[in-house]
Amino acid sequence: MSGVRVLVGTHKGAFILTSDGTRKRWNVSDAHFAGWELYHLKGSPADPNWLYASQSSGWFGQQIQRSTDGGRTWEPVGNKFAYDGVPGTHQWYDGTPHPWEFKRVWHLEPSLTNPETVYAGVEDAAFFRSTDGGQTWQECPELRGVKGHLWQPGAGGLCLHTIVLDPSHPERIFIAISAAGVFRSDDVGKTWRPMNRGLKSPYELPDPKAEVGHCVHRIAMHPSRPNVLFMQKHWDVMRSDDAGESWHEVSGNLPTDFGFPIVVHAHEPDTIYVVPIKSDSEHYPPEGKLRVYRSRTGGNEWEALANGLPQRDCYVNVLRDAMAVDSLEPCGLYFGTTGGQVYASADAGGSWAPIARDLPAVFSVEVQALP
Amino acid sequence: MIRVVLPAHLRTLARVDGEVKLEVEGQATQRSVLDTLEARYPMLRGTIRDQVTQGRRPFLRFFACEQDLSHEQPDTPLPDAVAAGAEPFLIVGAMAGG
Repeated sequence: MSGVRVLVGTHKGAFILTSDGTRKRWNVSDAHFAGWELYHLKGSPADPNWLYASQSSGWFGQQIQRSTDGGRTWEPVGNKFAYDGVPGTHQWYDGTPHPWEFKRVWHLEPSLTNPETVYAGVEDAAFFRSTDGGQTWQECPELRGVKGHLWQPGAGGLCLHTIVLDPSHPERIFIAISAAGVFRSDDVGKTWRPMNRGLKSPYELPDPKAEVGHCVHRIAMHPSRPNVLFMQKHWDVMRSDDAGESWHEVSGNLPTDFGFPIVVHAHEPDTIYVVPIKSDSEHYPPEGKLRVYRSRTGGNEWEALANGLPQRDCYVNVLRDAMAVDSLEPCGLYFGTTGGQVYASADAGGSWAPIARDLPAVFSVEVQALP
Repeated sequence: MIRVVLPAHLRTLARVDGEVKLEVEGQATQRSVLDTLEARYPMLRGTIRDQVTQGRRPFLRFFACEQDLSHEQPDTPLPDAVAAGAEPFLIVGAMAGG
């Protein structure tokens, strides 16, 4: 293993952090796309030199940048995200119909097998696909047909923020939308079903059997066991053992089950990590102590991981796309904060150290183990 | 020849220094100038005008000859001094903050 590359998207640019396989000393790049918001960057599993980045600005709109040399150089590719046909309406905050309007790309998910195929989750929530390296984008519109007229934005917007590809069923895709829920396609995005049975959202949804409307923050899967999914919901940490058909709660002894990211250990499918946040109105760790929580039992039994993390006066948040694991041995973990720190652990969470301390607010963290 | 001044972030995106000089066919209007600009620099599509509606993005302004032309119709002729290249067409990122 020659090295590790961490792709960090922030409020004011992207940064690439690199280290050798020991993960002890890190180099932080200059800002890429300085001054722009980088909601997400991700590398292709099929060719790690292919990277995609979502670059946006309130002034200048959306750009997609692509690199084919591991982030040394970039080129802007296609940025036209046009909804298919007449897009209709979703619900606005006050319950009135509101036209679908493209705002930005939240998440880019390159195909597991082809670097020129990449999927995009956007706000207002929709799923797009490119098969030409990001030059052109086509919506998979059936998703919005799954009761999309009832979807209502959460506080962060009506965003499709999570895309999970199933390595053992190449036609299966899971996505998650804030305040709409989880949806699954078994035909590469042509048709979709809501996968929210078992989720309970009594503060938002009076109907306990509501098919859509759940505020899912993140879902995660281990590639060796794709029928098991883990979820950090607005409140509640959840688990599905049947590819999303049903969910049950595994919050267990967490100090709070509100949070944003959830990740699975690279080599242990039952080891999962979350970052508990005090509440939906207080987006910072409980007691001012930044702690990652690990379950080695697939949920319910959690232990705090705090060695090397600030244990007083810490009031940062960790956003949903801002946590990742590498595939080295031992498994490495990385997360970024809204305070601009990126913390890393080279021993599966046993100890942590900042690998960048003073970046702009971190939106996303992805990691690549380089051959 | 039309002279266009882009905001700094769009100069970086388009990889240009200083003013952009364009040969615009027909009458110089906002639409014809922006069509020509986007044809030469495709990465600017969507950054000044919405990709679908072609409307000006809300935080951008068009200035020329000490006038705010932002609310002119897209096919209104630009001032003669702009059409003649004596004055630049300014695309300005609106100041926003507090």
